[in-house]
Amino acid sequence: MIEELLNQRSQALRRDMVTMMEYGGRGHLASAFSLVEILSVLYDEILKYQPEDPRWKHRDRLILSKGHGCMALYALLADKGFFSKSEFLKFCKSDGILGGHPEYPKVPGVEASTGALGHGLSIGIGMALNARYEKQGHRVIVIVGDGECNEGSVWEAAMCASKHRLDNLTVIIDYNKMQSYASTSEVLSLEPFASKWESFGFDVREVDGHSITELAEVFNQLPFSNGKPNAVICHTVKGKGIPHIENDLSWHHKSKLPEEELASLYSALGAEAREPHHWNVYTNLRGRTSGSSSSGPIWASARWINSKRKFPIVSSWKGSPNRTS
Amino acid sequence: MEGISEQNVIGMAAGLAIEGKIPYVNTIATFLTRRCFEQIAVDLCLHNLNVRLIGNGGGMVYAPLGPTHLATEDIALMRSLPNVTIIAPADADEMRRLMPQTVDHEGPVYIRLAKGYDPIVTNDQVPFEIGKGLHMRDGSDVLLVTTGVTLGPAQEAAEQLSDLNIDCGILHMPTIKPFDTETFLDLSSMARTIVTVEEHTLMGGLGSAAAEVIAEANFYTPKKFKRIGIPDVFPDEYGSQASLMEKYGISAGKIVSDVREMMEVPIVSVV
Repeated sequence: MIEELLNQRSQALRRDMVTMMEYGGRGHLASAFSLVEILSVLYDEILKYQPEDPRWKHRDRLILSKGHGCMALYALLADKGFFSKSEFLKFCKSDGILGGHPEYPKVPGVEASTGALGHGLSIGIGMALNARYEKQGHRVIVIVGDGECNEGSVWEAAMCASKHRLDNLTVIIDYNKMQSYASTSEVLSLEPFASKWESFGFDVREVDGHSITELAEVFNQLPFSNGKPNAVICHTVKGKGIPHIENDLSWHHKSKLPEEELASLYSALGAEAREPHHWNVYTNLRGRTSGSSSSGPIWASARWINSKRKFPIVSSWKGSPNRTS
Repeated sequence: MEGISEQNVIGMAAGLAIEGKIPYVNTIATFLTRRCFEQIAVDLCLHNLNVRLIGNGGGMVYAPLGPTHLATEDIALMRSLPNVTIIAPADADEMRRLMPQTVDHEGPVYIRLAKGYDPIVTNDQVPFEIGKGLHMRDGSDVLLVTTGVTLGPAQEAAEQLSDLNIDCGILHMPTIKPFDTETFLDLSSMARTIVTVEEHTLMGGLGSAAAEVIAEANFYTPKKFKRIGIPDVFPDEYGSQASLMEKYGISAGKIVSDVREMMEVPIVSVV
C-alpha cells in the first residue's frame, strides 16, 4: 500500500513537471525526473522549513546547483505551499516567477540562482560557514549533477569544504550517468567517483536515488561523521518514470512538444486520458506548514492524494508543526 | 587564506553575504576579475550581494611580471555588470576615507588598488563619498578627469599648463560606476576641452564612461574630447609601472602636450 502511494506521489509530481513543459513550451524534463525522489524525500522527511516564511532563520538550506533540474524543485516547493501551483502555467513566461533555471530571491524557497554550473557548492560552503559562526543548527544541502562535476570549481569547493570540516554541509550527486550530448563516461569519466569524493575528505554514501526508503534511511543518518562534509551519490536514471524517455539523450532539453507527445507523457504517468486541467485546483495552496512529524513520514499518509481527480493533485500535509530540532 | 581558488572564494563570499555577512575578498586584481568573471556576475551581481572585492595591483603595477598579471581591462569587465560599484582610490588617504563607507553600501563593490606607497595626492578638504566625483581643482579652459593614481600626473600637468596660461580644472572620479553624471556634466559643460586619464585600456573604462555621457549630452557648443590610457594591446614589455605608463602616455608630459595640441597652442612654445 505504501509503495503504491509513493508511486502515485512520484507520478503526480512528474505530471506537474510535464504540465510546466506543456505551458512553458520547453524544459529539461529528463534532468528533473532523475531528481524527483531525492527532492521528495528531502522535503517530505528531512528538511526543516516554513513555506509561509521562506527566509525563516532556522530553516535548512537547499541549493539545487544543477539548476536545469528546477522543474522538480518547483513541483516540490509548490506542493509544500511556497507558491501557488498556478505558477506552473506561467513557466518560462514573462509574467511568471518560474524560469528555466531557478532564481533567488524571485522564487520563494529557492536559496540561490543557479544554472551556470559549478557554483552551488561554493555558495553552500559560505552558508554552512555562517551557520557555524552563528552557532545555528540548520543544515546546508547542495544537489549537483554528475555532468556538473566536470567543472573544476566543484573540486575547488570540495577541497574547501573538507578544509573547514563542514559536517553541516551535504553534497548530493544526481548520478544519472548522462549529460547533454553523451554518457558521462564518454564525455569525461568521473570514476572512481565515490573514492574521488572520499579522497577530497568527504564521508560518502551511495544509494539508489529512486528508492524512497533507501534515500530516507541514508539522509536520516546525516551527518555521517563529525568534522567531515557529507556526500551522497544517488544512482539515478535520467528521465526516470517514463520508459520511452529514460536514458534518451534527446530528452536532455526539449521544446515545443507536439500534442500527441504530451498525451503520451501524461498517459505514461498514470493519467487514463488527457483532459483539460482544472487549474483552479492549483490556486490557494499557499500558507501550509510542512516538514517531518512525530507521527511518521508524509508518505505514510494518503491525505496528499486526491483520488477524486483524474489528475491527482499533490497537496501538502497539514498535520504537524515544523520540526524545530 | 582560502587557497588559489578564486571561483570558490567568490561563491563562498556569496553564501556568507546571502546570510547577511559583508565579506571582503582580497587578491590580485586580474585574477579577481578575469578568472572568476561568471561567479562575480551570477553569484554577486545577479544576487546584488554585499561583497567587497579588493583587487591588488590594478593597472600595470605588476609590469615586471608580464601581461598575465596586469589588470588593464578590469574596470571594463566590472562596468559591464549590473549592480556593482567600482572604486579606484588615488592614494592611501583616499582608501582610508573610502573603507568605512563600504560597510553600509548596498550591493557588490570592486575596489581597484594601486601598488601601495604611492604619493599622497588627495586631501580631506574635498569630502569623499562613494558615487561622487571630486572637484579637486577649478579651471575654465580644460577639464582633466581622472581615476586612481592618474590624479597625480593630472595635478602635475595642471600646474604646468597653468604656467602656460591654460586654466585647467580637475575632476577626480574614484567611483567609476555608478558614474557621477551630474557632477561630470556640471563641470564639462563649462569647459571647452575635456581629457580623461586612466591606467586602463581605452575600451570600456573611465574614458568610455565619459564619452558615453558626452555623446548624449548634446552640448550647445562643441567640445574637444580625448581619452588618455592604454591602447587596445597587451603590453609587450616588462620594466616598471612607471615605464609602461610613460610608454602609453599616461603621464603629466603627455597630458600637457595633448592639451596644448587640442588648445591649438603651438608645440614650439613648450618650455
